[in-house]
Amino acid sequence: MDVLLDNLDLFGPFFLRTIELFLIAAVGSLVFGTILAMLRVSPVPVFRAVGTVYVTVVRNTPLTLVFAFFVFAYPLLEIVKIDYFTAAVVSLTVYTSAFICEVVRSGINTVPVGQAEAGRALGLTFGQILGEVVLPQALRSVVPPLISTLIALLKNSTIAGGFSVAEAGAIRQYISERGDNQLVALLWVALGFIILVAVLSFVQRSLEKRWSVAR
Amino acid sequence: MRIRTLAVGLLAGGLLLTACGKEGTPAAPGGDASGANTAALPTYTVAQNVDLAGSPVFTKIKGAGTVTVGVKDDQPGLGQKDPTTGKFEGFDIEIARMVAAGLGIAPDKIKFTTVDSAAREQAIANGQVDYYVGTYTITDKRKAQVSFAGPYFQAGQDLLVRKDDTSITGPETLKGKKVCSVTGSTPIQRVRDQGLTEPSNIVEFQKYSQCVDKLLTKEVDALTTDDAILKGYAAQDKDNLKVVGKPFSQEPYGIGLNKDDKVLRTKIDDLLQASLDDGTWQKIYDATLGQSGATATKPTIQRY
Repeated sequence: MDVLLDNLDLFGPFFLRTIELFLIAAVGSLVFGTILAMLRVSPVPVFRAVGTVYVTVVRNTPLTLVFAFFVFAYPLLEIVKIDYFTAAVVSLTVYTSAFICEVVRSGINTVPVGQAEAGRALGLTFGQILGEVVLPQALRSVVPPLISTLIALLKNSTIAGGFSVAEAGAIRQYISERGDNQLVALLWVALGFIILVAVLSFVQRSLEKRWSVAR
Repeated sequence: MRIRTLAVGLLAGGLLLTACGKEGTPAAPGGDASGANTAALPTYTVAQNVDLAGSPVFTKIKGAGTVTVGVKDDQPGLGQKDPTTGKFEGFDIEIARMVAAGLGIAPDKIKFTTVDSAAREQAIANGQVDYYVGTYTITDKRKAQVSFAGPYFQAGQDLLVRKDDTSITGPETLKGKKVCSVTGSTPIQRVRDQGLTEPSNIVEFQKYSQCVDKLLTKEVDALTTDDAILKGYAAQDKDNLKVVGKPFSQEPYGIGLNKDDKVLRTKIDDLLQASLDDGTWQKIYDATLGQSGATATKPTIQRY
């Protein structure tokens, strides 16, 4: 308990930073991942190719490498200067989007083809079919894997600690230098994550209940 | 042009991840014959029939016939692993060798293990290393988990800046400047606590060498940590980097030991004292860190 209480000035702001990082990257990944999924099912071959290449490349790249690119290589391009927090958000979003994309696409596959055909028969455009008929059902059927991906994102955010973002993943190194017991500190960090994941699990359960599709 | 810089960056990033701290490690200052003061490393006489009754760590060392020493592998002049030969070299390494000789262990029976700062206490407590020599500052809080022999070196927090930068002359001139150091390290915590620069200007990476890269590309203005470490980097890149030279803290480096092994601690204190008295310490310094041209004051052993 002492380790936590003596270092509340670390645990508080650092965990807040983690939550901040998670929320922004989660929204970003959900939006960008869904767009990617739409690309991958679009009737235009070029769009499909772009989506496939993106997912293949990013899913095969370790997240630390994505971080290292945005923190060490990207500034050399001298395009737009970004601070380290933004770099972390971008890295996490770029990485997680590929996974969200595949989850959403698997959701799209659960929607019977007949629905899209019916939409087309009614004269709906591709965008309308996707946005009004397919995606709402698709998202409902993939709530558990979607939340799992977000939980992975939450834990992945600790990598930012090594790239100049003061978040929960960096707590251990601070504690070690302060001379407190780091194993105890790690237990507290773990507990913090259990609480955060519990919140996400709760969201998952309530969404599942509310959104269950009767088929 | 941009494509090329990107390629270089990607390559650097890739190396950085695969090489784990070996990135940009040049020859140690002691390696090349730069200038007049090229001192040879001293040799240490291996003591015979050493017996330390009541020291569990020493009993273990004697039983195994080898000693495992925790060190750093990425600090030029202090503790560095030569990427081509795989040999460790530097001031800390020599101190570790000297101590091993004093404990009756032949040089070929010393096993060096790289232990990062954040894992030191655990490695010592778990017995993964018998003792630790790697820029380990003696503090009262750390004494609650490990014990320290020494200090064997007296360092102080300083600043490394670009050679042409005249705007930074000491800690009080850091306001508005980007300051880099290793994540969570004591020097960067001091900068934050004392408000030497704005929180948004504090940059933290896993390795000092990453800060040096950012310093050279002008993304940060200063790298702060102990002067001993900074001198190593300045000696490597004399044309572009310099140490400000106004230390603003006391960092006595000790040899980290098992907390309960007072017998071994006393023995190592004796060995350090002997090396300070007979000139071995000075020889070690001259052949390693002393190559940077800076002088050092001898530390005073604190026995507790």
